[in-house]
Amino acid sequence: MKNPRSVTFNHNPLLKRDLPAWRPRLVMLALMGCSVALAGRALYLQGVHNDFLQAKGESRYARTLEVPATRGRITDRNGDILAVSTPVRSIWALPADAQLEPAQARELARLLEMDANELNRRLAASRDFAYLKRQLPPELAKQVADLHLPGIHQQQEYRRYYPGGEVMAHILGFTNVEDKGQEGIELAFEKQLAGRPGARRVIKDRRGQIVEDVEAIRPPRDGQDVALSIDGKVQYLAWSALREAMEQHKAQAGAVVVLDARSGEVLALANAPTFNPNNRANLSGAQLRNRVFTDTFEPGSVMKPFIAALAIDRGKATPDTVIDTGNGRMTIGTATISDVKRNGLMTVAEVLQKSSNVGTVKLAQQFSADEMWHLFDQLGFGTPLNLGFPGEASGRLRPAKSWRPIEQATMSFGHGISVSLIQMARAYLVFARDGELVPLSLTRVDGQPSSGRRVYSAETARTVRSMLVAGPKGTAVRAQVPGYTVAGKTGTARKLENGRYARKYISSYVGLAPASNPRLVVAVMIDEPSAGQYYGGAVAAPLFSRVTEGALRALGVAPDVPLTPLQLARRSAEEDAGRSTASRENM
Amino acid sequence: MMRADAVLVALVVASALGVVSAQHQARKLHTEYEREQARAQALAVEWGQLQLEQSTWATHGRVERLAREKLGMRLPPPGQVLVVEPQS
Repeated sequence: MKNPRSVTFNHNPLLKRDLPAWRPRLVMLALMGCSVALAGRALYLQGVHNDFLQAKGESRYARTLEVPATRGRITDRNGDILAVSTPVRSIWALPADAQLEPAQARELARLLEMDANELNRRLAASRDFAYLKRQLPPELAKQVADLHLPGIHQQQEYRRYYPGGEVMAHILGFTNVEDKGQEGIELAFEKQLAGRPGARRVIKDRRGQIVEDVEAIRPPRDGQDVALSIDGKVQYLAWSALREAMEQHKAQAGAVVVLDARSGEVLALANAPTFNPNNRANLSGAQLRNRVFTDTFEPGSVMKPFIAALAIDRGKATPDTVIDTGNGRMTIGTATISDVKRNGLMTVAEVLQKSSNVGTVKLAQQFSADEMWHLFDQLGFGTPLNLGFPGEASGRLRPAKSWRPIEQATMSFGHGISVSLIQMARAYLVFARDGELVPLSLTRVDGQPSSGRRVYSAETARTVRSMLVAGPKGTAVRAQVPGYTVAGKTGTARKLENGRYARKYISSYVGLAPASNPRLVVAVMIDEPSAGQYYGGAVAAPLFSRVTEGALRALGVAPDVPLTPLQLARRSAEEDAGRSTASRENM
Repeated sequence: MMRADAVLVALVVASALGVVSAQHQARKLHTEYEREQARAQALAVEWGQLQLEQSTWATHGRVERLAREKLGMRLPPPGQVLVVEPQS
């Protein structure tokens, strides 16, 4: 065995041989070239073209979160909640990921209250995305989440609840599944009510906890609450009275409006038929219709007081002026206008009380078409109210130039002109407010109502009001309210069908109470009463009476006629009654 | 010279550790803040639900039914109403 040669790096025999000088240089150069290339690339990625990698890095820990905003609440004038949104969850699935065991599918179907087959059908669908159930209560959604099923996800949404149900349905309207207003106040005040969700960027740690706020991209903005002018109690009374009247008279439809005569606020607005806004399956168009706003009808006799007031205002008549209605028939051109029965000589007051068509026409004939058109226009007929309510009807008021004499005559007793119930109610504000007409409001008015426009002199308005007081002699005995004086007018109009008057009626009553110092204007309308009676005095007046009686009591309006001999509280007794009388005085 | 350097290095290290601990503190507090915010949100939601429940129980229709059926209340007929007015 030879001794192994001792080898050191310094004395490598290979090195002994002289290498050409260019070889180490070449290697050196190649190595340097590589490191320059690396340094260049590093500079390029970190200095020049750094967005891509930075974004990639950030996406590992930074998240953009949506900050939810809630839709504003709707309350009545006393602050009672009428509509509120609460979070619910929608369950959705990625069918490709959702491979469920039969037992799991059954459990899920049970929680979602779905048919298991229906659930499997949805999961088997070739779509990328499928909603399984929308708007599930949070407790149930949590149970679903606890199942930890693959491919089943949840998303937060809001659902609107209406505790008032059918009572408030037509005023409030409703929202769709995305919580956007579709009808009624929900649509009219969409801008105010809608919340705007915000967004923010945060840094999350390994456990998914937020450790740092990077920036608020958009602050969330919750929707504003809206306080309506509606009084929950008055609304309920109006609605339940209307429902009873509908049943009693087997009517097609009906509507009630209650206005506050002092401020022009809408205190109640009820429609029938109605619907439950919390469960809107199987809705028909008739149920959804807000007749108060969207339906116009020929008002009939409720129009007469305006003509009488015009005659009195212009000094062409006084309440005691005698008008000869002859045999209750009157011919204009080829048409004949007739009264229900012959009345002969009547005063203007009696014309209104007995609702004489001929008498009203004779009053109207003293004016030109222009003057009458101007009156109707001032009263707001023919123009929408512009409350922002969806589908407000303007009614039909043709320009005065195209009126024929017979049309001017029929318009004076409310035919040939069409109005919506709320327009008619508003027009009666002139009698309740001593000749002044104010704009209506669907929201609560705090402080002074906006200034009105004068249509009649205060004296005229008061005179007509006293002529309209429902007494034992007129057509509206049944409109009387115990304890209060009421003033109002019945109306019975035949419905137009295909341009002809059919044997179908709209029975209405518009009135105000208490007549001595009006607080309320109430308008009621019953469409096609078909249980025998159809005159306004028999159908609409009792409904008016019920609504008005309840509303006056609910609002705490002091009676203006004695029910029983008035008990005057003496000084000593005032201590006991002090609180209630004080509050009454303040009202 | 060497001593001064050593002191400066020690200061830098101490400050760096301070930053780390402050950052950690901040994150812990932030997590807590987030948790409280989530709680506030949950309470707001519950408040909404309670309001809803309250107004559902207090529906005028329900109150009227209970008053009439359970408590046997009724409206007084007009003859039974006395109006009390202050003597001015």
